[in-house]
Amino acid sequence: MTDVPPVGTATSVVARLLREKKEHIAQLWADQPLFQAVFTVTRDEAVEAGRAVLEALAQVAESGRVDDIAAPGFAMIRQQLAAMSTSRTRSGLSIGQIDREVGALGAAPAEFLEDASGDTDERVRARLLWSELLATLRVVVIETALQENREIVERQRQQLLEMATPVVKLWDRLVAVPLIGMLDSARSQVVMENLLEAIVEHNATMAILDITGVPTVDSLVAQHLMKTVAAARLMGADCVISGIRPAIAQTMVQLGLDLGPVTTRATLADALELALERQSEQAKGIAPRH
Amino acid sequence: MQPGASSVPVLDLGGILLISIQGELPDDAAVDLRTDVTLAVSETGARGVIIDISGLDMVDSFLARVLAEVAASARLLAAQAVLVGMRPSVAITLVELGLALPGLETSRTVIEAASRFGVEIRDRGDQPAARGTDRTPT
Amino acid sequence: MSTDERATVSLPVRNDADLMTVRQRVRTLAQELGFGLVQQTKLVTAASELARNTLIHGGGGSVTVDAVSDAQGRDGLTLTFRDEGSGITDVDRALRDGYSTAGGLGMGLSGSKRLVHEFSVDTALGEGTTVSVTLWRGHASHGPR
Repeated sequence: MTDVPPVGTATSVVARLLREKKEHIAQLWADQPLFQAVFTVTRDEAVEAGRAVLEALAQVAESGRVDDIAAPGFAMIRQQLAAMSTSRTRSGLSIGQIDREVGALGAAPAEFLEDASGDTDERVRARLLWSELLATLRVVVIETALQENREIVERQRQQLLEMATPVVKLWDRLVAVPLIGMLDSARSQVVMENLLEAIVEHNATMAILDITGVPTVDSLVAQHLMKTVAAARLMGADCVISGIRPAIAQTMVQLGLDLGPVTTRATLADALELALERQSEQAKGIAPRH
Repeated sequence: MQPGASSVPVLDLGGILLISIQGELPDDAAVDLRTDVTLAVSETGARGVIIDISGLDMVDSFLARVLAEVAASARLLAAQAVLVGMRPSVAITLVELGLALPGLETSRTVIEAASRFGVEIRDRGDQPAARGTDRTPT
Repeated sequence: MSTDERATVSLPVRNDADLMTVRQRVRTLAQELGFGLVQQTKLVTAASELARNTLIHGGGGSVTVDAVSDAQGRDGLTLTFRDEGSGITDVDRALRDGYSTAGGLGMGLSGSKRLVHEFSVDTALGEGTTVSVTLWRGHASHGPR
């Protein structure tokens, strides 16, 4: 029988200890803020979560991949870690603070390792291995938390986009979008899609894009406005742009921006008047019902 | 597919021709359609041509060109063509493609287009697809 | 960009009927990948334009459709059109709006470029042309300003 390599010994020492003292450590962890504050219903829940983390860490130690955040052991607890970090974030903790709470989990197993049998060399190696394993766990938690944050930001960005571009029905077969704030490409896309869908939904023959609340109109914004008008026209609806403030009109002229064949009006009220005029003209044009 | 005859029926609504393109059109069928519509306009002396594309989930530059040509030929024969029921996703795509089709008259629905020519069609309200929505009718 | 081998589909572009098949398959694949309706339509339209180019200018060829994902975990579809035709003499000119050699509206190449996020043309005189386009899911086609 050949000698077991030192690292292999250390991994099995750590794995064995994490399993042997699982109950004890899980009980200690349950009183630490990371577990206590997250699992508020019963203490058993916190203990159970601690056991799961310890079992996962034991498996990672056994696999010898203590510095690998992609080790299969971590996959088992990723969802739980995400839930824990989300809960801590909601309590107002920064990612740094959460990281420190994860780091604090290291103390209990470290003490047990210190007391473990075996020679000094073995204990030192086991302690080092545990530090490394804990460091990897911290990275896994940070990574999970960041991913969770990214998803939240993306969701909120999407909600903001939808909220910032309401389409209102102004009159029978007349819809309007009051645009407020900067128009970037992503938002213009949402505006266009929402407006066109509203045209179908309300069977609108006319749409008003009111840009009173848009601070600046550069060539890109002008292009987006023209695209929206062109798409509405292809669908059979007239689109009028209203609310071009005097300062914006001047800037647009100075920049050489031309809205081409697009009908414009100074105010939303003027655009509404135009729309109603056109509707009554169309109504006159229709032959009486038989 | 029969050569020389497009798969799209041309309906005469009394001075107005209604062409309802349902589903995807192969290139040769589109070319046949152009011929059929031009012949039908000259035979019937129609003053209007309504092309309903609410059934199309895509219009590429080839079909756009054919539609523009149908309208131009109709105009030479003193008939006005109106494109009806384009879906939002199709309109956005055509505009991005650079094809705003400025020479084509458009209308929201067949009923509205017909009323332009003084023809009244009663809305039975049972054809949501004809409104040119991106949503699948249930 | 990594390629998921399972999701590779290869289709011939030899005649009009093939164009329809390409459009339908691209639509289905984009739907399966969760593309929104506008994005589906943009990709299918680009596919139609490019497949027709392959057919008319390249004398026929093939298209492969690959499900791809990038480093940020975005999913996308890459369409690669290949032909062994005479190649494009002047790519810059072919990419200009209104440039047409086949009596179209001259929007084939330049227009499809605007419908997708990534676009590349590889051509050599007498050796054919490869056009590759990618659309990522859930992003406006021009990205943030």
